[in-house]
Amino acid sequence: MLLALLALALVTVVLAAPIVYRRAVRWHAERAHRRTAGPGELDIDLYDPGRERRAEQRARELLRSCVNEEEWGMYRDLGFIRVAGRHARRELDRGARPAYAYLVYPHKPIVAYVPESGQLLSEYCVEFPDLTGGGGRHRLPASDDVLAKWMALTSDEDRVIRRANMHLVGRQLDPARVRRDLWRLAEWERRRGNREQVHHSQR
Amino acid sequence: MKPGHGEVLLAEGDPRVREDEEKLIEEFRRQLDEGMWAAVPVQNPGSGRREAQMVKQYADIPPDSERVIFFPRASGG
Repeated sequence: MLLALLALALVTVVLAAPIVYRRAVRWHAERAHRRTAGPGELDIDLYDPGRERRAEQRARELLRSCVNEEEWGMYRDLGFIRVAGRHARRELDRGARPAYAYLVYPHKPIVAYVPESGQLLSEYCVEFPDLTGGGGRHRLPASDDVLAKWMALTSDEDRVIRRANMHLVGRQLDPARVRRDLWRLAEWERRRGNREQVHHSQR
Repeated sequence: MKPGHGEVLLAEGDPRVREDEEKLIEEFRRQLDEGMWAAVPVQNPGSGRREAQMVKQYADIPPDSERVIFFPRASGG
């Protein structure tokens, strides 16, 4: 009985030997490949949880260095930036206040509205997709998305609006929330104006 | 600006130095060939407000610019 079991074990070992050998060779080759892989390849395989946070921090610094002080304060305190529209319906509209303006949110549609009345006009869905072949897995950090919209609107408003998908406000954004943001913006400007008055009177 | 990474330095140099300028031009063309938009933050001489100026050729870059920012072209979301 014992002899039969030993013989059976020997046969099993002989039959399994090629499979074990092939597995060992493959494992060895993969291990050697991992050792010689460059940092770029490792970057793809390993997830760095701090990368997005660092990218956003750099994006905030870049945004701050590009926009004016008022716009930066608006983004820091309220989470969006207002950009004035360039066009005017009539020559009379070319006053100190623009005929229309945009609210630029990170990773949300751009909202056009009338500053004079607070009337919401439309929302423009626009994105800046990954062109490097990443399969659209990645998107810009929030502050870079705002900066890209700001640059596109202030440099070539018509082009970015042409490329965007236009909808009535309410498709992606809650109109009540946008109205609340306009109220927050008005309050923020009022407080800022008061602070500046105090600052000037103290001089 | 690179999705997933944020700001990435592509090239730097003094455009008054010939070798540097060639390097900058090569990178500028490469980015535009990849479909990126290029913009330079500037100050509007009339209003004094900061804004961006889109550049489509290297020669369009204002001479006193400190940087050119490349970002993916906009598309309907």
